[in-house]
Amino acid sequence: MVNDNITYISHKNKLFNVNFKELWEYRDLILLFVKRNLTTSYKQTVLGPVWILINPLLSTVVFTVIFGVIAGISTDGIPQFLFYMSGNVLWNFFSSCLNKGSSTFISNSHIFGKVYFPRLCTPIAEMIYHFINYLIQTSVYVALVIFYAVTGANVHPNLLILLTPVLIFQTALLGMGTGLIISSVTTKYRDLSILVSFGVSLWMYITPVVYPVSQIPDFLRPLMLLNPVAPILEAYRCAFMGCGAFYWVYWLISLAVTAVIVMIGIVVFNKVEKNFIDTV
Amino acid sequence: MIMDKNCVIKTENLQKEYRLGVIGSGTLRRDLQSWYAKKRGKPDPNTRIGAEAHEKGDTFLALDGLDIEIFRGERVGIIGANGAGKSTFLKLLSRITAPTGGNIAYRGRIASMLEVGTGFHGELTGRENIYLNGAILGMKRSEVDSKIDDIIAFSECEQFIDTPVKRYSSGMFVKLAFAVASHLDAEIMIMDEVLAVGDMKFQRKCIAKMRELAIDENRTVLYVSHNMSTIQELCSRCIVLEHGKKVFDGDVDEAIKLYLGGENDNFTSYEYVDDKYKEPVKRNDVCLKKVKLSGRTSNVYIGDEPLNLELEWENLADIPSLSFRLEVLDARRNPVTSFVIEDFYSGKKGERASRRFSINISQLANGAFRTRYVFYNRKSDDAPFEDIENAAGLAVRKRTEDNHKRRWARSWGSVYLGDIKLVDE
Repeated sequence: MVNDNITYISHKNKLFNVNFKELWEYRDLILLFVKRNLTTSYKQTVLGPVWILINPLLSTVVFTVIFGVIAGISTDGIPQFLFYMSGNVLWNFFSSCLNKGSSTFISNSHIFGKVYFPRLCTPIAEMIYHFINYLIQTSVYVALVIFYAVTGANVHPNLLILLTPVLIFQTALLGMGTGLIISSVTTKYRDLSILVSFGVSLWMYITPVVYPVSQIPDFLRPLMLLNPVAPILEAYRCAFMGCGAFYWVYWLISLAVTAVIVMIGIVVFNKVEKNFIDTV
Repeated sequence: MIMDKNCVIKTENLQKEYRLGVIGSGTLRRDLQSWYAKKRGKPDPNTRIGAEAHEKGDTFLALDGLDIEIFRGERVGIIGANGAGKSTFLKLLSRITAPTGGNIAYRGRIASMLEVGTGFHGELTGRENIYLNGAILGMKRSEVDSKIDDIIAFSECEQFIDTPVKRYSSGMFVKLAFAVASHLDAEIMIMDEVLAVGDMKFQRKCIAKMRELAIDENRTVLYVSHNMSTIQELCSRCIVLEHGKKVFDGDVDEAIKLYLGGENDNFTSYEYVDDKYKEPVKRNDVCLKKVKLSGRTSNVYIGDEPLNLELEWENLADIPSLSFRLEVLDARRNPVTSFVIEDFYSGKKGERASRRFSINISQLANGAFRTRYVFYNRKSDDAPFEDIENAAGLAVRKRTEDNHKRRWARSWGSVYLGDIKLVDE
């Protein structure tokens, strides 16, 4: 079995040059990275994978107490715990994609510096890993939704649920795209990696995670909805609980923004991956 | 770029430029400054005065126009001093970083082992790591499945294969990692001194495995090492790099000789002056001035020809008794033997003396030898020798009169001590 394909390496760079065929050939690697993350992230812990659930449940409790009970922010008549849980689960997924994407180069430099494989494998694997975490958390969330709906609370799941796979995919791409852009810039300017964690928590507060869109003053609302995560989150809540509204115009804008960010992310990533090891 | 049918790696005018100095501190500000200045059509404030238009700051060419062609089934050693560009070359080939100039083309897959166990995760078991490492190196799951038993057997880690590798000893770790890499189906294998870590037995096994892959399966092997004996053992061709340029390409022995500071055939005398290449013997009592292979035009000795050595030195002190030793070393600087003469001279301070020695080197086997000159003082029988300083000597090459008369392979040793006599039963 002799492989006779000739590979050319040149100093010239094409702008958009993702070898999807090669990426597909490395699908086993992506899956193994996912498996590695799954098996190793909770090794030598007593509770093991239960932590995947404990994290969002605990922070939801905190949110409920601080924003719901103490601050008394309205949740449009939705049970507070459920309201904060929905925001938390989705935002967690988004921010993990963003964080992991943004540290692609720096945290993998030891591997990238020694062996070649399509660099996009690692952020994709991270995305899948966090998607699995998200699914586990969502199953609890869905169980809660069903529980509240059956017990007659103000929760009305509706047909918009069919759109959620698109919403989730969009969330992942948006997070990863943003992450890739940051990651590409941080290889040279480390300052940004410090800014990221700060920036992400700021971003959370301008996104309707702990408050519903209806609480935003009218004059600010269009501006807030231009934040590409906001319409996704609002649509997500609307689907499961029937509250608020589906701002489809803003959602389409958000889709377009996502597409642009992913494109830019891949182009920049491509440019940087060739030589980043010299600067990192 | 056109590639010959049997050519597996070809580079054309390959260049790699690195920026010198600190990257990352203050560069954002400076980059923005440069960008802003360029946008307004003003000169870049960060260029050095008098620098070329494309130059910004200091740069360093790690590879400077490399043209190399490597053919199927070759085992190529790459040697050179630190900073000669060996590792950069391998990095470019294995696509870890991109060239800044020139092109590379290669046929088939490249498996690069610039480090063993890249991507091994301590928490995973040996078996899981085989799959992970295999995938990182480009193997499919099905490929690993079909080879896992061979890999485990080769690694000699059967017992521990389901233990997390963080509990492994470093030797086991290396063995497991090498086992994975050597079972790759890649047409080209690249190794950067990865064998340096295993124990001797395993090293031999690895080299044998690489040879086997190259010879039986026509794989191509590229090997970088500072260890000349493994290069000699493994490689069929050798490339010497110096300051990012190829200075030699061809026979392994010739290349090693060149790299180790090879001698010229017709050096038959040295004048020991202040020269960093010919540092003299300078003890507190003797200073070697000149050395000569008397009556010769080349340093190649054939058959039983004696080595006639003429030394000239100056006494820096009164010398009651002087002894001299000629140390013979092989090309890798391993000592072979020594020739000694004791208490052959005594003299007064300030005198210049010269002596001729005849040394019987008929028992040296064929090959190139380095020599060292050592003067020493045997004050009394049981007193320790005084500190010895030695001078690099003239090289000596030994040949038999007729190559067919007596066959002698290098691996048989460097000294020929005589034939076996048959004793009747």
